[in-house]
Amino acid sequence: MAEMTMRDALNQALHQEMERDERVIVVGEDVAGGSGGSSGNEEAAGGIFGVTKGLKTRFGGNRVIDTPISESAIVGLANGAALAGMRPVAELMFADFVGVSLDQIFNQMAKFRYMFGGKAKTPVVLRMSMGAGMNAAAQHSQTIYPMLSAIPGLKVAIPSTPADAKGMLATAIRDDDPVIFFEHKALYARKGEVPEGEYLVPFGEAALLREGSDVTVVAIARMVPFAMKAVDKLAGEGITCDLIDMRTTSPIDEETILESLSQTGRLVVVDESNPICSIASEIAGLAASKGFHDLRAPVQKITAPHTPVPFARELERLYVPSPNDIEAAIRAVLKEV
Amino acid sequence: MQQSPDQIRQAYRQMRLIREFEERLHVENPKGEIAGFTHLYSGQEAIAVGVCENLRESDFIISTHRGHGHALARGCDPRGMMHEIYGRADGLCKGRGGSMHIADLTKGMLGANGIVGAGQPIAVGAALACKARGDGSVAVSFTGDGASNQGTVFEAMNMAVVLKLPKLFALENNGYSEHTGASYGIGSDLKTRTEGFGIPVWEADGFDYFSVYEATEKALDYIRAGNGPAAILATATRYFGHFEGDPQAYRAKDEVKTFRETVDAMKTIREKVTGAGIFTAEELDEIDAEVLALIDSSVDSARNGPVPGEDILMSDVYIDY
Repeated sequence: MAEMTMRDALNQALHQEMERDERVIVVGEDVAGGSGGSSGNEEAAGGIFGVTKGLKTRFGGNRVIDTPISESAIVGLANGAALAGMRPVAELMFADFVGVSLDQIFNQMAKFRYMFGGKAKTPVVLRMSMGAGMNAAAQHSQTIYPMLSAIPGLKVAIPSTPADAKGMLATAIRDDDPVIFFEHKALYARKGEVPEGEYLVPFGEAALLREGSDVTVVAIARMVPFAMKAVDKLAGEGITCDLIDMRTTSPIDEETILESLSQTGRLVVVDESNPICSIASEIAGLAASKGFHDLRAPVQKITAPHTPVPFARELERLYVPSPNDIEAAIRAVLKEV
Repeated sequence: MQQSPDQIRQAYRQMRLIREFEERLHVENPKGEIAGFTHLYSGQEAIAVGVCENLRESDFIISTHRGHGHALARGCDPRGMMHEIYGRADGLCKGRGGSMHIADLTKGMLGANGIVGAGQPIAVGAALACKARGDGSVAVSFTGDGASNQGTVFEAMNMAVVLKLPKLFALENNGYSEHTGASYGIGSDLKTRTEGFGIPVWEADGFDYFSVYEATEKALDYIRAGNGPAAILATATRYFGHFEGDPQAYRAKDEVKTFRETVDAMKTIREKVTGAGIFTAEELDEIDAEVLALIDSSVDSARNGPVPGEDILMSDVYIDY
């Protein structure tokens, strides 16, 4: 184990998988950066958040490909290259840019295998940064995983720790189905212990990060460390919670959530997305349909409000669910009988 | 230089306003009071002003993520913009939009935009409305070399031609598409490509206000005569990074310094205007001083502006819901 940031853990996974399989290529805007610039440095960026740093130097320009600003063509290129036998890891700088390339995602990569009679393989990984926390405002801060999780044919991976980031990205690259890989930009600098060498985290298996008997808390991405803060604080008062990091929102590990709910009878779901058709709604629905007899209180959904992501610091702080909001929800779910 | 001294004074002031607004933000940004991404327009002032000085009140513009210059050139209130950039409740967009989403519909300014290439189809729609109105007004989209590679731009160009719309494509090549050189990302060249859609292109020196003004004048004559869309292509550079904080490893160390010392837009307009005897250097200095005082007071009031709260977070998602 070595301690590193999530950014470096992702970078390590890319290095290891590119080393292992020469069909793996990396494409996107400024994944290397600097081509055509006056300094002559042809790896001047390494990705806008530094995740793809060093790849071009190590693997060369045929496998680490800077593209023009053309998101639709970036995803289309990845789709076509995948159908033709490569294993592209394409990057959209910001998840919001899915808006520019959505056809290639939801009409194309998601559906090839089904439409083509099970004969097509589209092993694309589409990486993208997401989430609030940088005051990047309405078009650079969204968490759109509920929207993409709703599309049959796509797998959706959302790590919250450096170790999971490494293990889940390696799994995504080896997966023969298309995987949307969300990286929360406020977590890139989060540090944690990461296994050295080959490390794979299977999809569809949530992580139980804290064990307790009073409340089940389910969270995703940046909401995991926020929830952990609330859970650990309440543990000091003798209120103990199961804290579950979903890790993938397609597939969903229903079993882990329902098993925990059967012990606690109380559920809090924390999701940075907007409330309507959120993952929080999905998990509340799961509890209502398959965990109904275990529920001892109404499910508490903690989400962002039904608004775009605002710019100003004070507004963004109000927008994003906070550890205090989560703590209050845990207390609330304990009161209801 | 057939413009009146008043017009030239106005253009010079607008350029100085943009320059000082941006240079000041570059100084203020590292202090930590300004949140989010800030993309500065310093170096390209002659383009925004050269285009917008040709426009009428009824015309529309749509901008990019690098939008301060276009907004100021179109007459957006600098104080309101500064408050917006500082995230204040009394900013031009109530602190909800920030640097990247400054808009003022009352000025025909349809917004800066965080999505590269998103403005062009929107401007096609505004041009359709102009055509329907039949008052000779036009819609202008500003498009960087980076954005020029988006499919939305190609679609907008073709549709504007097909529908013969009063639309000006103001193409700005500042040499860099984020962290990559423009020459890498553009397969042919912007002029040939645009002409391929059936859109005539007038080229301009993007450091020279008069060059941009005259190219735009010709393009607008063509458009307002009912011929459909036209384009100008102006080449300049940005003096700062893609965003504030960008280390710019893609750029040679002396590149910006050379531009500033040789072809700088403010230097160019001052030399031309004083050389032709239209204004003295002292008269231009007076304008500079007035602009600097305005920037100072805008920053001061923005730093102390009202903080937005829950009511601003929760309102205006809809008109009625």
